[in-house]
This record gives sequence, C-alpha cells and structure tokens, in this order.
Amino acid sequence: MKLRYALLGAVAAAAIAVSAPVQAETFKYAFQGDLSSLDPHSLNETFLLGTLGNVYEGLVLYDEQMNIIPGLAESWKLVSPTTWEFKLRKGVKFHEGQDFTADDVIFSWQRAGSKGSDQKTRAGKMSNITKIDDYTILVETPAPNPILVTDLTVLLIMDKEWSEANGSTNATSATGDDKGNYANLNANGTGPFKVKSNQADVKTVMVRNENYWKDIPSNVTQVDFTPIKEAATRVAALVSGELDLVYPVPVQDWQRLDESEGVSALAGPEARTIFFGMDQSRDELLYSNIKGKNPFKDIRVRQAMAHALNLDAIKQKVMRNAATPAGLMVAPQINGFDESLNQPYAYDPEKAKALLAEAGYPDGFEVTIDCPNNRYVNDEKICQAAASMWAKIGVKVDVLAQPKSKYFGKVLETGGYDTSMYLLGWTPSSMDSENVLSSLIACQNKETKKGLFNLGNYCNPKIDELTVAIGSETDQAKRNAMISEAFVILKNEYGYIPIHQQPLSWGVSDRVTVNQRADNTLDYRYVVVK
Amino acid sequence: MTGPAFYQVGPFLSNRFFPSVSWYLDMISFIFKRLLQSVVVMLMVALIAFSMFRYVGDPINNMVGQDTTDTERAALAQNLGLNDPFFVQYGRFVFKAMQGDFGISYKYRRPVSGLILERLSATLELSFVSAVLALGIGVPLGVYTALRSKGIISKGIMVLSLMGVSLPTFLIGILLILLFGVVLRWLPTFGRGDVVDVFGWWTTGFLTISGLKSLILPSITLAIFQLTLIMRLVRAEMLEVLRTDFVKFARARGLPDGTVHFKHALKNTLVPVITITGLQLGSLIAFAIITESVFQWPGMGLLFIQAIADVDIPIMAAYLVIIAFFFVIINMVVDILYFAVDPRLRADAAV
Repeated sequence: MKLRYALLGAVAAAAIAVSAPVQAETFKYAFQGDLSSLDPHSLNETFLLGTLGNVYEGLVLYDEQMNIIPGLAESWKLVSPTTWEFKLRKGVKFHEGQDFTADDVIFSWQRAGSKGSDQKTRAGKMSNITKIDDYTILVETPAPNPILVTDLTVLLIMDKEWSEANGSTNATSATGDDKGNYANLNANGTGPFKVKSNQADVKTVMVRNENYWKDIPSNVTQVDFTPIKEAATRVAALVSGELDLVYPVPVQDWQRLDESEGVSALAGPEARTIFFGMDQSRDELLYSNIKGKNPFKDIRVRQAMAHALNLDAIKQKVMRNAATPAGLMVAPQINGFDESLNQPYAYDPEKAKALLAEAGYPDGFEVTIDCPNNRYVNDEKICQAAASMWAKIGVKVDVLAQPKSKYFGKVLETGGYDTSMYLLGWTPSSMDSENVLSSLIACQNKETKKGLFNLGNYCNPKIDELTVAIGSETDQAKRNAMISEAFVILKNEYGYIPIHQQPLSWGVSDRVTVNQRADNTLDYRYVVVK
Repeated sequence: MTGPAFYQVGPFLSNRFFPSVSWYLDMISFIFKRLLQSVVVMLMVALIAFSMFRYVGDPINNMVGQDTTDTERAALAQNLGLNDPFFVQYGRFVFKAMQGDFGISYKYRRPVSGLILERLSATLELSFVSAVLALGIGVPLGVYTALRSKGIISKGIMVLSLMGVSLPTFLIGILLILLFGVVLRWLPTFGRGDVVDVFGWWTTGFLTISGLKSLILPSITLAIFQLTLIMRLVRAEMLEVLRTDFVKFARARGLPDGTVHFKHALKNTLVPVITITGLQLGSLIAFAIITESVFQWPGMGLLFIQAIADVDIPIMAAYLVIIAFFFVIINMVVDILYFAVDPRLRADAAV
C-alpha cells in the first residue's frame, strides 16, 4: 500500500457519502493528548477547539481544504471598514432544543472575553456586537480587519439560556473559584455530534445529532475517543483492529503500518513551519564562549549558519522524505505565502566558512541551542543533525533538548527569553501571514503585544510598519504585496532560518475514510465508515 | 534475609497466647513511636510536594493566558494566598490535605481529590490482581525450585526468572501487546474495557467480560517483577531453612517429607516473605505508573504521568502525598506484625 494523501481521502469520502446507507456506525479513534475540558472558551488549544468543533460551531466553518464556508452565519459583508454585517442561519437548534439567535452570538462573544477565558484575544478582535434583529448582527472591530472571519471559525457559539440556567456564564477558569463550572463537564452546541459521556483522560463518547441543520458526508452514528499517550500502544491498537484512526504516528512506523493488513499511514503537509531562531538583541550571548559581543548580530554569521544547513539531508535522513524544505516562515496553506520566495537558503558550506572568517570567526565559536524533544516531529533529531552540519563549518553547537514544558518555560517570554538559539514551530491560528509577522517577526513590544514570540528579537522597523499596515488593509492584492515585501526584508536579513513544514502523520484503518485537515484537526463531518 | 531468627518461631509462639502486661505496654509504646515516625514522614513528603508549587515554575503562568495583565496576575496571586510566608502556605496545604482537599487541577479545572478518586479503583484493582498473581504463582514456584533445586525444570524456571527480574516492565508490556494483541488478537491492547459502577464511586472491571480480558495483560506485566522476586526469595529462604538443625531434627524424628517441607520449612520461610510482600504491595501501586502508561490503563499513575507532562502541580502533589500515605500505612502494619512475631524488637523496646 502506498501513502494516501489527504486530498484523495476527502474525494473518496465525498464519493462514498452519496451511496452510504443509514445504519449504526461507530468510529473509534485515539489521539496522544486528551480533551481536558468541554468548555469551548477554556483553553486555546488546537486539539480541544478542533474536537469541540464537532459539538459547537462558529459563525463560519472550514471545509476539507480549510476554505471558509458559512456556518451559523449564512452570509456576511463589510458595511464600513470597521463594521461587518452577519446574517445568521434560521431554524438552527441547540442539542437540547433551544433556538439559535443573535442573543447567543452576543452572549458567546462576551463569555469568550470573560474572566478565565483563554479566548480573550479572539473576543478582543471585536469591539462591539449589535443586534439588529434575531438573525442579523453588526460586528464592529477596533481597526479595519480584513481577516476577521478566520478567527470566527474557533469562536464557538454557546446557548445563552442554557448557560444562564446552569450558572455557567463565565468561562471555566483554572483558578478554581468556579468549582464544577457546568460547561466544563457538559456541552450543548449546534454541531453534528452531541457529547454522550466524557471522562477526562479516559474516554469520550459522542453520538450523532439527528437534527443537524446541514447534510454532511459522514455516516457515523457514534464516536468513541480515547487518549493514548504511548505511541507504541497507539499504533498497536490500530494494527490490532481495535481502533479506526490514531494520530500522531511516529514517522518510523509508517512502513510498518503500510505492511500491516487493513491499515495504512495517511500523511499530508501540515501548515506548521519549523525554524531556527537566533538571539539578535543581547550584546553578549547568554550561552556562548564569545564574550563581549554577540556574533548573531553580524549578518555574515547568520548567513553562515543558514548556508551550512543541508535541508535536503534533514528531509531525507531525519524526516524520511516526509517534510517540505522551506524558505519562508509560512506554509503554502497560509494566506500570503509566496512561491517565488520559498526557495530555501542554498547549502554551501564553503561560502559559510568564508563568511565566518570574514566576520572574524575563522575558527568558529560555541553556542547552545534550546530544543524541545516532545513537541514537533523529530524535533531533537533535527537539532542534532543541524549541530553536526554546523560543526563542519567550525561552529560547535551544544544541543540542550528538553521536554516541552521545560523548554517553553525557558525560552518564552515567561522565562525571560532565556536562550541564544532555538528551534520552534508555528502555525498561524488565523491561517494568515499577518499572525506570523506580528507574533514572530515584528520587534518585541509588550505594550502593543507585538513580537512576543520573536524570542531572539530580530528587529526591523520597516517590518513593524508593514505589519501595522497589513493589519488594517482591506484590499487583498495590496495586502499580499505588503506581506511579500516584509518577507523579502526578513529573508535578505537572515532573521530566521526556516527548516521545513513537518508532515501530518495519521494511521487509518481501511474501514474508514477521513479528511486530514492541514491544522491536524479531525472533523467528524467527513468521517465515513465503509 | 535474617534467617536464624525465624526458625525459632516455634518456642515463642506459645507466648503469644498468654502475653504479659508488659508486652502490651511495649506494644503500645512501639505503635506510638511508629505513628510518630509516620507523621514526620508524611509531613516531610507534604513539604516536598508543596515545595513543587513554589519552585517548579510560577503557578500563575499555568493558569492564565499570555494576554493577562500584570495587575490581574497580582490580584490572582493575592486571592490564592501566594503572597503569604512559606510556612503559612505550607500549613494551609497540610491542613487542607488532611481534609482530602488538594486544590484544583490546572488542566482539568476540577478538584484534584475527585479526579484521583475516579482513578483509584482502576489502580487498586490492577495492583490487587497483580499481587494475587505474584503470590499465587511465586510462592509455589519458589518452594518447587527449592525442593527440586537440581532438576532441569527448576533450572529452566530460574533462568526465566532472571529474565523476569532484568527485563524492564515497559518492554514486557510492549512484547505482550504485540503477541496477544496484535499478532494473535486475543486480548485488548489498551484501556480497561467496560466498567460497572458499584457503591457510586468505585468502578470495577471484574463484572464484565471485556473488563476481565483487559485486566490480563496489564496485571501480568505488573506482576512479573514481583513474582520473580518472591519466587527467588522463597527459594533462598527455603534452601536455608532446609539446611538448619531444626529441620534435620524433624527428619530425625521420622516425620514424612510433606510435613517437614510444608509444616516446618515453609511456615518459617513465610515470615520474611510476608514482610517483603507487604512492602512490595506499596511498590505495586507505585510501579503501576509504567504499566498504566503502556496499557493506557486509566489509573492514578497515568494521571500522574499526564500531570508531569502538563506541569499540573496540584495533581502531582496529591499523588505524591497519597502514595506516601499508602507506603506509610503498609509499613506501619508490617512493623506491627513484625513486632508481634519477633522477640528481639520487644527486647529493644524494653531496654
């Protein structure tokens, strides 16, 4: 069996859906993490939001290819640069029978902005929502925001009456002053599946919502979700036929899956870009043998680091050919991606050595790189492979690989950006380049909350200007031109060293077809049991 | 083991039926001392568990998003009492823990005590079945290999037991899953199967077919190390006792082999075995972490492992305290039993 690709699966799913008879079909799957809460405003995590996206819905939805399609809103239009009008869908009911109306949207927006919510950033993208009638709302944004709707895919809508009746008008907070927040343990959405039972970290059972407003390809009547932490156990459960889908699957297990009867690996490109960053702001690196100056402030050193890397070798040896080497900080799925800029920095160790010598480091230098070892696909191995390549130009890179909780605690803002060099991965939650520019590339600025994940503080005022302009430009062509302009500056200044887009890696039983979304989310709407 | 003390069980057994007043006084002061020690141990464990809150990262960062302002953070710290002196906070932690209140899990946003209680039954059932397996198979095998120490079967068992002691639990679990779950497909590879609620909060897998089937692989995995340990212990003790004068005289009296082996030798062997087994019961519960994560067994150990990955300190602290509590209780019971049968401890206390 060959690897099947996401697209193929989706096409097959649609084809089969037409002829699928109605009968009881249970779909069982496992993911490495668990569903920690049923409250859609509790935690801003891809898996939680993606899974709850089958129970709750936003005003807009993603289709199989992550295009925006109407959800609880039937249509929307810009009535002024900062005001959107949404026409809401009529006749939609929550699982417990309540009608969906404009009040629910306003309530959910307020709840998402409430104390304890982890969706405050999203709620903050809207400054006011006015109800015109039960099925029309006006949404105001603090500044022109051409990509507002992408944030609405995960701003999930709850029922106002239900939340009020159950005393759950605030998001479930981690501080414990709302013990047993009802929505943390119960759910009442408009989505195609209802939560039947949920034992956190053990098992979650969902059943089909027979009154769902939309026709969907899925013929699944019940979904059993189990978190399985150990990769080996997860793969064994799939191969033994107990489960229909498991993810993620270690890249080294692909061959084994394809050789096993009745299962195969499903791989596709993820929208996440993995990259190296360097401390370009401190006058002396925290972890280096060079004292009194910071080699990474010299563009020639950054160039040398970039040209010393053989990304094709990393792709072949570390990623088993499943990665896509990158020259940009965004993946092809992201708006603003520019194919002409995606050529990686060329592998040229001779040039790298020459550049180092020119910069005054003919014998290289020593530096420590921070690297997670359980966050991205083969993260630690990528660092080790890169370190051996840098060793060839004389730069001795010491790899400090730690579990993600320790790693993030050290390198992020909360740890005081305690790093000289690091490996990080990023998927823009809005699927737009603006998010990458303002979080990773703009200069660190606590007040404007820009560049907070720009751990090495690469800084160019021109990019800052462009980022602000991009944030409010509503003309798509102009906007994308500015995005490309910013990426060109970044690329010419070697601000970051992009490595690749990592693969999504799922193991699927031949009994089912699924759609593998580029943000690693499983949408039950497209799961078909044969 | 301290062999010589045990074959004297015979003579002082009779004393137990007519204990003197001073024996009771000794016993009470001994229990009191042990209780005091246990309290000190628990306070120390609680101190270690509590200090995690202070030194494993800032708890506030685990509770709020990146957009929370500094003022909000400060208010939260004040609400949670994080600005109080260390020992005031520690005292509060101990006081609440004694009432079974370990705070709210950062991740699940629910009381930790409830989360642990939900999983307690899974771990205890698994440990119980493993203990039964380890004893039920380990003791007879130990006796057999001691009596037929030169037989081929005995030697085979000893070689296998060496593997049982040296192979890591993780590997044994994965191998069993591969063989019985993936290749033969006889048994489930993960989870606990269907469970039934009894007494409202205790869930049991003993009453369903899938529950029983799910128990087999994890309980074997967990039992193997203890089983081989008990077997080798029984064998060694048995060999030692069989060499003693006590047994030689029994034989000289013309008693049949069966009586000598089981009434004289095994009985005296079992005293240290029971002691060790008691202590190992605690290890079974604690070692269950590895087995639970290999089989995705929804017990306390798995909860703990997940909590480490998520830096969910309230769960980690509660788990440490509860496991320490199990150990302390088991230790104390074992010590008291020990006191009841070992005269030397009594002599010490009397001095």
